[in-house]
Amino acid sequence: MARKQGLLHSLVHHATEVQTPAAKIYVYEAPVRIWHWLNAICIVLLCVTGYLIGKPLPSVPGEASFNYAFGYVRMIHFGAGQVLAVAFLYRIAWAFLGNHHAHQIFLPPVWSLTWWGEVWHEVRWYLFLEKTPKKYVGHNPLAQLAMFGLFLLPLLLSIFTGFALYAEGAGIDSAWYSAFGWVFGLLGDSFSVHTIHRISMWVIVCFTVIHIYVAIREDIMSRQSLVSTMISGWRYFKDDKE
Amino acid sequence: MSSPETFYDVFRQQGISRRSFNKFCALTAASLGLSPAFAPKIAHAMETRRRTPVIWLNGLECTCCSESFIRSGHPLVSDVVLSMLSLDYSHVLMAAAGHQAEAALEETRRDHAGEYILAVEGNPPLNEDGMFCIVGGRPFIDQLQEMAAGAKAIVAWGSCASNGCVQAARPNPTQATPIHKVIKGKPIIKVPGCPPIAEVMTGVLTYMLTFDRLPPLDRLGRPTMFYGQRIHDKCYRRPHFDAGQFAEAWDDENSRKGYCLYKMGCRGPTTYNACSTVRWNDGVSFPIQSGHGCIGCSEENFWDNGPFYDRLADVHTPLGVESNADKMGLGALGVIGAGIAAHAAASALQRARASATNPKSGSGE
Ligand code: HEM
Ligand code: HEM
Ligand code: SF4
Repeated sequence: MARKQGLLHSLVHHATEVQTPAAKIYVYEAPVRIWHWLNAICIVLLCVTGYLIGKPLPSVPGEASFNYAFGYVRMIHFGAGQVLAVAFLYRIAWAFLGNHHAHQIFLPPVWSLTWWGEVWHEVRWYLFLEKTPKKYVGHNPLAQLAMFGLFLLPLLLSIFTGFALYAEGAGIDSAWYSAFGWVFGLLGDSFSVHTIHRISMWVIVCFTVIHIYVAIREDIMSRQSLVSTMISGWRYFKDDKE
Repeated sequence: MSSPETFYDVFRQQGISRRSFNKFCALTAASLGLSPAFAPKIAHAMETRRRTPVIWLNGLECTCCSESFIRSGHPLVSDVVLSMLSLDYSHVLMAAAGHQAEAALEETRRDHAGEYILAVEGNPPLNEDGMFCIVGGRPFIDQLQEMAAGAKAIVAWGSCASNGCVQAARPNPTQATPIHKVIKGKPIIKVPGCPPIAEVMTGVLTYMLTFDRLPPLDRLGRPTMFYGQRIHDKCYRRPHFDAGQFAEAWDDENSRKGYCLYKMGCRGPTTYNACSTVRWNDGVSFPIQSGHGCIGCSEENFWDNGPFYDRLADVHTPLGVESNADKMGLGALGVIGAGIAAHAAASALQRARASATNPKSGSGE
């Protein structure tokens, strides 16, 4: 038991506050960065085309046989969905292969009181109740929580419901349906699964809007670099510059 | 009633000619999606197999399943299938009434225990000890459980029996409950629809009676030969869907041109049924062909997934406010947008104040 706890502890990333100042640290390895931007592109495509699948654009004129407007919208959606899913598998693999920060968003230590204390500190920082932000090598605890709850879980839901709907299109005797048909057993009829898929899109949209705002704001206001970190991988600490 | 005769004997007694009988076998093979080679097999089974009694119970329902069934498009098929059923007990069709009828039911249960097929139209309401549906002086749930215990297999007719239908819609005051949730340990075959297509009903029964086994079922227990595809997969308006040509209003030009009814709320993409292939009234038409979108009547929760004329279903939030996915999403986004604007303004203000008091530190401390 004790060994198991030790193993778990070493696996789980307690968002480490930096004690010893170092000017810059290599945080996000190339696979994480590539995934981040590929994932971001897919999500934008999926949200736009997904929205249009539920609320199609005005009809196109002409013969049906010369047009494929809605077909293309759906094709882009399914293509981006497949890329997103493969990229996500790759990101999961990297959580095991990569550095200490690579599994941070997968395992927030929700059972640790100190961690919740730090989440609370971040909340107070965003509410202007805390004068000094803490410095983190990886994500700050609040970001870690949001990335897990508002991004990772809805993304998983989107992927599973998305592939279940895709399997219906492929037919109930397809391999897709054998792999994902169980989703309907869990979540109900096809129409309800559409509704859930759409709601989870909105959760991801909300996350993305907040995420981009906070990334830019923190880049300006906090004691560390952010946007450039997700591009170059290096985290700079501004007050250690001199 | 004890019936040693075969199905074929019964048909002959009913005055059905050999020629008509052979035609029926060929038609049935075709409607079940079997190869023509199966027609003689069906004939052989009908000639040699002892007639299986079918008991038809009616619970909480509107009788649309019975009405559909007796209007089976092909009169020959309905004649034959009707003569297959032992109509000792069927609220709609039986000659007997009152105690006499209940006694006949009891007799079949006793004499054919383990042999009969139980066809159930409607479902039992469980609230108030089942008092919302009384049959023969007792709650329907009692009759159902008693008859199910001796049945070889159960056919759940229509959406009521298969998934609850309208009477199980939110908030379901009578607690109407589909058959598979109250009867365990018996093979149940679901034939959903409000009502199901007549040819589908007769087809399913014929399959069970001739082959003495259940047809292949999907993961929900529906026969795949009729419920294996969505309306949308075989809809003749599908090319307009892919082209992006939709009716935008019931009376617009696109609607007249026969464009896809998706934007008018058509549930074809999420509904498994045979309407777009078998069609209704002897293959005359089906809702989409008549210019109205599919309402998804054979799907679970179809009533709660309304409104029928919108692609997005109402979502019932815990606060009791009805909304839909887009209203909720855009609402949340609005709140977040306002929050971000306020937060950004406050951040800028704080920064300005900080650099005014302490011009040396520029990084928001
Ligand atoms: C971030 C991820 C995703 C988002 C935001 C998203 C968004 C959406 C939205 C909003 C819809 C329209 C739902 C409706 O109103 O009926 C939709 C439909 C659909 N999505 Fe996704 N989706 C995502 C991922 C996926 C994935 C991974 C797949 C799998 C290939 C997928 C496959 C589908 C399918 C098959 C449909 C139904 C298309 C139709 O009915 O014509 N989605 N998606
Ligand atoms: C669809 C859009 C996006 C999604 C879903 C998304 C999602 C994520 C996720 C899940 C992470 C955690 C990465 C990990 O640890 O593996 C992350 C980190 C990050 N993202 Fe995004 N992102 C999106 C767009 C953007 C954009 C447009 C920017 C730039 C303005 C951005 C800036 C960042 C930064 C700076 C980090 C690192 C945060 C830190 O160092 O703590 N993201 N993002
Ligand atoms: S009318 Fe309905 S079933 Fe037919 S193609 Fe359009 S959405 Fe699909």
